[in-house]
Amino acid sequence: MSRIVGIDLGTTNSLVAYIEGGVPKVIRDVEGRALLPSIVGYTPDGILVGEPARRQLVRNPARTIYSVKRFMGRGYDDIKDELCHCPFEFLASADVVRIKVGDSAVTPPEVSAHVLRALKQRAEAFFGEPLEQAVITVPAYFNDSQRQATKDAGRIAGLDVLRIVNEPTAASLAYGLQKLAQGTIAVYDLGGGTFDISILSVKDGVFEVLATNGNTHLGGDDFDRVLVEWLLADIRETHGVDLSQDPEARQELRLGAEAAKCRLSFEDRTLLTIPFEGFTYHRELTRAEVEKLIGPLVEATLGPCRMALKDAGLTPDRIDEVVLVGGSTRVPLVRRRVQELFGKVPHSQLNPDEVVAMGAAVQAQILAGGITDMLLLDVTPLSLGIETLGGVVSVLIARNTTIPTMAKEFFTTSVDGQTAVDLHVLQGERELARDNRSLARFDLSGIDPMPAGMPKIKVTFLIDANGILQVHAREIRTGKEASIEVRPTYGLTEDEVARMVEESFAHAEEDVNARLLIETRTEADTVMTHVDRALAQGARLVSPGDLGQIQQALQALREVRDGRDRDAIRERTIELNKATERLAEAMMDAALKGALASRRADQILESK
Amino acid sequence: MNDYFAVFGLPRKLQLDPEELRRRFYELSRVHHPDFHQGASEEDQAEALSASALLNRAYRVLRDPVSRVEYLIALEDGRETREGADARPRAPVDLLEEIMEVQEALQEAKAGGLDEVSRQRLSEERQRLMARQLAEEEAIAARAAEWDAVVVGPGDRTALLEWFKQRLAARAYLRTVIDDVSDALGQGEERHVSHRRH
Ligand SMILES: Nc1ncnc2c1ncn2[C@@H]1O[C@H](COP(=O)(O)OP(=O)(O)O)[C@@H](O)[C@H]1O
Ligand SMILES: [Mg+2]
Repeated sequence: MSRIVGIDLGTTNSLVAYIEGGVPKVIRDVEGRALLPSIVGYTPDGILVGEPARRQLVRNPARTIYSVKRFMGRGYDDIKDELCHCPFEFLASADVVRIKVGDSAVTPPEVSAHVLRALKQRAEAFFGEPLEQAVITVPAYFNDSQRQATKDAGRIAGLDVLRIVNEPTAASLAYGLQKLAQGTIAVYDLGGGTFDISILSVKDGVFEVLATNGNTHLGGDDFDRVLVEWLLADIRETHGVDLSQDPEARQELRLGAEAAKCRLSFEDRTLLTIPFEGFTYHRELTRAEVEKLIGPLVEATLGPCRMALKDAGLTPDRIDEVVLVGGSTRVPLVRRRVQELFGKVPHSQLNPDEVVAMGAAVQAQILAGGITDMLLLDVTPLSLGIETLGGVVSVLIARNTTIPTMAKEFFTTSVDGQTAVDLHVLQGERELARDNRSLARFDLSGIDPMPAGMPKIKVTFLIDANGILQVHAREIRTGKEASIEVRPTYGLTEDEVARMVEESFAHAEEDVNARLLIETRTEADTVMTHVDRALAQGARLVSPGDLGQIQQALQALREVRDGRDRDAIRERTIELNKATERLAEAMMDAALKGALASRRADQILESK
Repeated sequence: MNDYFAVFGLPRKLQLDPEELRRRFYELSRVHHPDFHQGASEEDQAEALSASALLNRAYRVLRDPVSRVEYLIALEDGRETREGADARPRAPVDLLEEIMEVQEALQEAKAGGLDEVSRQRLSEERQRLMARQLAEEEAIAARAAEWDAVVVGPGDRTALLEWFKQRLAARAYLRTVIDDVSDALGQGEERHVSHRRH
């Protein structure tokens, strides 16, 4: 079997891992970074992913998309409340969320596909061979549409997604593999955008999830948001300026608030300094102040914990170990509250940023047949049902049922000669259909015309090991397979995904070229800045001839810098570098001499 | 073939050792789980998927002593079952009196809002109902051995089946009332889902 990697496609950061010699390893980029910021920037020259996109967050807020995971598998109505917090624009559409980028629109799976493709390329460069298969993680509390959207993203990125694994479960695999956690364990995962709690029994290599709960809209992003709102109010008060409608300022504040929040995990107080047009905002923040602001959000994670315990039929004292996952579990208040709830000091030996990807790699290795003594039994997080008369939901599969699982149900017609039946499938825990998550409508057609009530259509609802629903139908009397058309409520249709896959193939080369061009230009800019600075300091150290050559090389590079000929830019960057060699040497010498001179001076002073 | 007992190679008996059931469940999962059929043919993968789905359902139903009885009765009746029952169960005669009082308290709470006194009263009623539900469940489980004896030996099978049905109905009814009371107390959100649909 060919190589399979594990990918943690996070709200904030994404990463890829694989198994080497039985141990999970994270694959780093050329600069040694494991985390790829899940940020995609759209520029006239092409698409930026990760760190380069992050750098243009403030400069180009409307076209730099971050935290897109929050919108995966969701509808416009779901996210209306959040729109004002986002610097990018959404198009009002009935089905999937669409984000406006210039004159066109992109869907969250397409944006995520760029992140996945970057990780795919990183892994391919590392292995020196093409990569086609992956396991991708999702929050345990993701519903069917959100899982499907993640799978679609993988496909668009050219990956065969062999399995969707739940993040807390993946973390438990990483801990379990290294025998760091055994018995009944609780995994508390608070990342940038989502919260999960899973209770597992880990015994004899079997990882059995007993219950899971969570909130797919609660995480460190929300901490940042309450902080930003508070800072905006403070700025209004202290400087009399309202920055709430200024996307660039908001973005600056968000980044500043996030950084301050992270510092406060290790310090009691910190200073926030943000230069705005016309004034610089200084504000000292204490940990206590921030804890007061984020307190209610942290409290909101405890309800799901209690519910998961209840569903697992356990009391907190029955939990043997508590494992913390996700960047936001570095917040001391979070640790304190979790410790209080379970009455145990939580573990965090494995890096909370990397443990999920490592677990995904373990699952990949199980699928590849490389690990045979571990078995993972996961559950579906939400109840699955169909709408019946009066808009009431009839549950077919209860939440926290071990997957794969199936339920069979018989349907019939209500009118003579009726040849089609419409089913509305939902997920959620509420009694009325309208309060639950609509997954899809299934049109069963091709039923032979018969008197009402005569046809007997057996419909099988199957939730596979990914937690994704499959539906099959058969008319019992004729034995005919009824045809089903699926109309996902908040998802891309098969046709749309197929088109996106095609487009991405078509654009793949274009995209790579665009990115390389941008990177080459950045490199050229860096060299030019260095040279300018060196000339300002050391022009007098070299001969007029050398100086002329440098000026010439500089001019030559400037001429091609904005063109699209990457080779030309690279060559002239190299030439400029060469032309400045003597200048660099001379400056080095001067610096050395300077250092020596001052050392001599020191010695003289000392010997006196 | 679809018999959940047969899935585990067990006779159709109500008494079983949960640890032994779990051991068999893990063992069979290692055989059928899709994780171990990843590289196989499409046909084999589909087979593993449905075998594993059946196994998981069978385990879920059999590991709980009360749902085990429920399942057995459906088997005896020759019904194909599923977990939920959409119809609201009817109140068993012997519970009527107690239930009336609760309903009254519920009506009051709905009409006049929830003051401290009625909250207190509902809360107590709920406590009582929960104890009653537990008692029903214990009573059902207590007669498991009787059934196992009747199946192989002499005894009134029909009468016992009928008794089980009545007690299960009583328990189902209790659960819906407990749910209603919890909803009225505003604790529905914590619970998140009505039991009646499980
Ligand atoms: N030292 C820290 N203190 C507080 N929050 C942190 C710290 N480090 C990271 N975070 C927060 O963790 C979140 C990212 O966590 P991560 O697990 O990478 O998220 P995701 O899985 O959603 O991508 C961000 O909201 C970030 O601000
Ligand atoms: Mg995460």
